[in-house]
Amino acid sequence: MQQLLDRFIESRGWTGDWAIELVYFLGMLFFAVALLLVVVTPFTGIVSWAERRIAARMQSRVGPNRVGPQGILQWAADGLKCILKEDLIPEDADRILFTAAPYLVFCGLFGAFAVLPFSEHLVIADLDAGAFYVMAITSLVPLGIIMSGWASNNKWSLLGGMRSAAQIISYEIPAALSLLAVVLAAGTLSLQGIIRAQGWSPADWFLFRNPFLFTGFFYFFVANLAEGNRTPFDLPEAESELVAGYSTEYSGMRFAFFMLAEWANLYVVASVVNVAFLGGWNVPPIAEGVVLTILQMVVFAAKSLVLVFVIIWVRWTLPRLRVDQMMLLCWKYLVPLSFLNVLGTAVWMMIVPEGSAAGRVASWLLVLVGLSLSGLFGLRVRKNLKDADVGRLYLNPFS
Amino acid sequence: MIAYVRNIQDACASIFDGMAVTFSHLFRRPITVQYPDRIPRRIQETLPDRTRGHLEVDLDICISCRACEKACPIECIVIEDVRIPKDSVAGVDGKETARVKEPTRFDINLYKCMYCGLCVEPCPTGAIRFTKEFEGATDDLSRLHLRFVTPERREVVLRKGEGYEREQAEKARKKAEAAAKPEGGKQVDPPAAGEESKEGDKE
Repeated sequence: MQQLLDRFIESRGWTGDWAIELVYFLGMLFFAVALLLVVVTPFTGIVSWAERRIAARMQSRVGPNRVGPQGILQWAADGLKCILKEDLIPEDADRILFTAAPYLVFCGLFGAFAVLPFSEHLVIADLDAGAFYVMAITSLVPLGIIMSGWASNNKWSLLGGMRSAAQIISYEIPAALSLLAVVLAAGTLSLQGIIRAQGWSPADWFLFRNPFLFTGFFYFFVANLAEGNRTPFDLPEAESELVAGYSTEYSGMRFAFFMLAEWANLYVVASVVNVAFLGGWNVPPIAEGVVLTILQMVVFAAKSLVLVFVIIWVRWTLPRLRVDQMMLLCWKYLVPLSFLNVLGTAVWMMIVPEGSAAGRVASWLLVLVGLSLSGLFGLRVRKNLKDADVGRLYLNPFS
Repeated sequence: MIAYVRNIQDACASIFDGMAVTFSHLFRRPITVQYPDRIPRRIQETLPDRTRGHLEVDLDICISCRACEKACPIECIVIEDVRIPKDSVAGVDGKETARVKEPTRFDINLYKCMYCGLCVEPCPTGAIRFTKEFEGATDDLSRLHLRFVTPERREVVLRKGEGYEREQAEKARKKAEAAAKPEGGKQVDPPAAGEESKEGDKE
């Protein structure tokens, strides 16, 4: 990006700091806005469609399949409907906070896209403190949620906002600690640096680097689910208890912003987990130039989308936790275990130096463990299908 | 400490099992029936036999006994009829039933009907019955006011009624003549009374 802008400035023969600054500023702004408008918004829409279709199939239903081919334009229809709806602000609501809250939630999540890489060179900003930035900027989200809960002047909204605050403050700790173990192994906070510290083969991923990081993957994943208010941690918007939680009083486009943020969060969580544990955009050295970039984008997107699928899958499998169970899981299980993780990773790095034969053997053993777990899972699925007497498998993903 | 580890183990095992269950559902055929357009046959054909859809009356076997009208708890059935020359009809079960009246009007207000089936139970010939049709949505309520007797049919029935009156008048006249012969001009009233009651029926 920077080289591109440099070339642009040279070709125009512009001099003077202010012109260069302005071009940089406008270029970055243009790129960021284009990214949000062209990539992220349709992506969140399509993910919302995909989630509904996958959920439907898991419940033996069909899901939205009428708008566009196989219903893929459902999100556009929903968005259009939201725009046409009346924008209600309750009379007793705090108008300023009420109107600002959805944008804060939206900004918090879309800010994270600034450091998320798409390939080795395609990244808006490769911050040195990228991992820290992601943790910090997504903390804007609970602020927005509490703001919306408070400003709505509605007990359900307030309860939802408070729950969200409690949840995110609690789960920030295991998430940060698990990421810390990764940072220890990578030796850098930069997301690109973390990816470069891994390799293309699964044995080079941090997921399989050592047993502590292997379990750390699960802690990080669970903690991120909780931070993103996804089921089974969707207590802030538990519809059976709190109507719709903090978004109860919102309507029209403001409500759509909350939904947009929720599905954008899906991709943020998936890519951060992907960067930290699954090797990001690393590909085997078989191409170069544009082909390499495209290959890296494809690999990165594929890994992220698999994780998005897993998150959706978890949502439609597990029931919602109770508030006390949610706190119990965090403080009694995740926090001590992730402390153990940081310690274990540090000790492991001292005993087994990086790149040593013992380290390679341990990695491949862990890959084997992962593969055998997947195999067990496959057997289990086959047994379920056999028990249900399905007969012929129905493999058509549509209709 | 043991309980702590067992908790973790239980959680992992149950999540593992649960995920396997939901994943296996991805390979099963959805059971949704995509009514109304994406189905191989009309939905009405696939409904069970005892479906309570719209009511229907087979006027050819209706004997106008008014059992349905009396049974209806919300009075959505309205019947008017005339006496006709006595004949008999075969009910849906094949049993012959005598018929002395035929409806000149048989209306069912489907927008009042609650599909309780109390009119179907007492019908001696099975003339009134449920169909499998249920799509009653309309922007015109009068479309749900079913009039089973068409104007043409009404004409036919009324003519039958006139035939009955002529028959009765003939009978009465013969009876009167027969009575007049032995006793002489004593019974003039009965035919007149008969005329009156028949006129009442006709209306």
